[in-house]
Amino acid sequence: MSTHVLAAEDLSGFGTDPWWLIVIKVLFIFVFLVLSVLLTMWAERRILGRMQLRLGPNRHGPFGLLQGLADGLKLGVKEDLVPKNVDKWVYILAPAAASAPAFISFAIMPFGPQVSIFGHQTHLQLTDLPVAVLLVLAMASMGVYGFVLAGWASGSPFALLGGLRSSAQVISYEIAMALTFVAVFLYAGTLSTSGIVDAQERLWFAVVLIPSFLIYMVTMVGETNRIPFDLPEGEGELVGGYHTEYSSMKFAMFFLAEYVNMSTVCGLSVTLFLGGWRAPAPISTIWPDANTGWWPMLWFIAKFAMVMFIFIWLRAAMPRVRYDQLMKLGWKVLIPVSIVWIIVVATMRALRNAEATTTTWLVVVGAGLAAALVALYLWDRAAEKRREAKETAKEQEFATLKAKPTAGGFPVPPLRAAHYGSAVRDALEAPRPERGTSAKEVTGA
Amino acid sequence: MTVLAEGSYASPTGQEIVFVLLGVVTLAAAVLVVTTRRLVHAALWLVVAFGALAGCYLVMSAELVAWVQVLIYVGAVVVLLLFGIMLTRAPIGPSTDLDGANRPAAVVVAVALAGVLVTVIVDGFRTAYVPSARASSGAGSAETIGAALFRDWVLPFEALSVLLLAALIGAIVLSRREIGPAETDARRGGGEGEG
Amino acid sequence: MELYVPILVLAALSAGFAAVNLLIAAVAGPKRYNRAKLEAYECGIEPTPQPVGGGRFPIKYYLTAMLFIVFDIEIIFLYPWAASFDRLGIFGLVEMVLFIVTVLVAYVYIWRRGGLEWD
Repeated sequence: MSTHVLAAEDLSGFGTDPWWLIVIKVLFIFVFLVLSVLLTMWAERRILGRMQLRLGPNRHGPFGLLQGLADGLKLGVKEDLVPKNVDKWVYILAPAAASAPAFISFAIMPFGPQVSIFGHQTHLQLTDLPVAVLLVLAMASMGVYGFVLAGWASGSPFALLGGLRSSAQVISYEIAMALTFVAVFLYAGTLSTSGIVDAQERLWFAVVLIPSFLIYMVTMVGETNRIPFDLPEGEGELVGGYHTEYSSMKFAMFFLAEYVNMSTVCGLSVTLFLGGWRAPAPISTIWPDANTGWWPMLWFIAKFAMVMFIFIWLRAAMPRVRYDQLMKLGWKVLIPVSIVWIIVVATMRALRNAEATTTTWLVVVGAGLAAALVALYLWDRAAEKRREAKETAKEQEFATLKAKPTAGGFPVPPLRAAHYGSAVRDALEAPRPERGTSAKEVTGA
Repeated sequence: MTVLAEGSYASPTGQEIVFVLLGVVTLAAAVLVVTTRRLVHAALWLVVAFGALAGCYLVMSAELVAWVQVLIYVGAVVVLLLFGIMLTRAPIGPSTDLDGANRPAAVVVAVALAGVLVTVIVDGFRTAYVPSARASSGAGSAETIGAALFRDWVLPFEALSVLLLAALIGAIVLSRREIGPAETDARRGGGEGEG
Repeated sequence: MELYVPILVLAALSAGFAAVNLLIAAVAGPKRYNRAKLEAYECGIEPTPQPVGGGRFPIKYYLTAMLFIVFDIEIIFLYPWAASFDRLGIFGLVEMVLFIVTVLVAYVYIWRRGGLEWD
């Protein structure tokens, strides 16, 4: 127990960098993020292309690597439209509010252990806080402002709806995401990212806390508004979502923010669940030096790229879900499951800390299983009842609608209006008097 | 809160200067919240005020509280306000009817309240001085606060759960009128923007 | 406090980057006036005039934000609890289970009242 306390407070290695080292690290993080955005965009389009049996961009530079850069340049020289009924200040502020906080989260991402840079011992991490993960969550909620403000300031109903949808989705998934971290903190005993990586020295939390990890993987897709949860940009219904009215670099900044947010959640998944910069098991067993020096940065980036690949893979493999399904998944599945899982983990941990006897374990586990069974039984009965009620309601509705099509209050369009070409059809179908007359009534022909 | 020889208000340290500056920012932003004629801008100035307040906490090395301030107030409460503003379709541009006839009375009350609070605090802590640098970096961390909260302040913590319960039930009562299956609710709600 | 200096530097850099981008957007592109271009985009049709103070949005968004605040507060208490769990022992567990159960009662109530339905 005391080791946990010590580990939690031991941030003495941070905050001692000279100014030039801070500048180097800040620039590194910035370049890393911008490069990762450009490369992710390229990789995404290439991989999607392969998965859809086509080539993808391959013209700009070797293998089309410069495609992202070309896109950025192109956007930069496009006309910067400011529609006439916008709130100008908020309209300009919104892209900045979306992209600036996205970068800050990476300040606490551990890339590696202590190394020596120009004779100076320092961590491969910009800084660490006793509440580091809270910083990431806080920045995520700051990013929500970008969506809300962009949607509102555009003065367009599509953008407003897109902004509201985006922000409602992001805050819903942020809850589920934040709940998955609790189990990690329970095991690590700290909120500092370097402490969490240290706590995974023997076993990754993705292995110990599989449910947390799986829920996190779902929430991180929802949190970044990506397919299959990219409802805010559902182009079939909302044009482009909150950035409908944006063009030029302002649009590019929303794009950038989305990809940087993806990087952040990927980095966070690596740090909290996949052992951070530690080498995966087979490598570290046969090669003891794998976790020292600069090598860990390679492991970090490799894991990072792997999680990023899952994002892209999902995009190729999944259709978009409906908004009600999305919210249902977030609020009715992920959140309650997370909460129950937290209680289970805490109970197990408390029993282990108290060095409970086998009998106690058996009693607690038995009670838990019994409670779960009872809950399942009650749930099943309620679900059965609901299903039956739904069936009855559906049959009733069909019966009503058959009798009178307009009974549901839905506008039923005239099926034989003149501009559908019904005049011609009417002439052709003249021998059927009852339909002809009804069409005449409707169209006034 | 004891008098310490190692410093005083007369010779402020860098942190104290930052603290005062953040306080000024908070105050200025708060004044702008109530004087601006655009609703959404008022909400944004509120964000600035809350953010500067979080900075104040941070300078006093209350790290957890500072980030909670950002997370709850900046990230949740103001977003709720913005949602409210947007759902009622606040017009873009200045609103004319934001000021009521009670404006002078409100100013008097606000100044009086501020006077009372400042007097009480200055009177109560006139000689107390704690150099902020002395507070160790671990004092405001999650572990320390957790240990204090869940050992010494159990009852307020449990009472809070009842408060949250009341808040949630209040929210649902305000937004949903009928008790019953969701289908009827949805029908009656109508006017659905986008489903 | 020195832990926050690098964050401030990074924040300054990202804010500066955003500002430069906005500046590029304002300076680099061409400017060709066209009245139709400055209308709100509604798939090419004339923008529908918005009723003043009318045309409201579903209350569910507001409810979601309220739920978000409450659950955010719950999470804020879960974090320090989780971080100091090993020091609190069984007592801490019982406390938190009581807290969670109370909030879950409200959650179940909302569920039953259809507050989590989106349709």
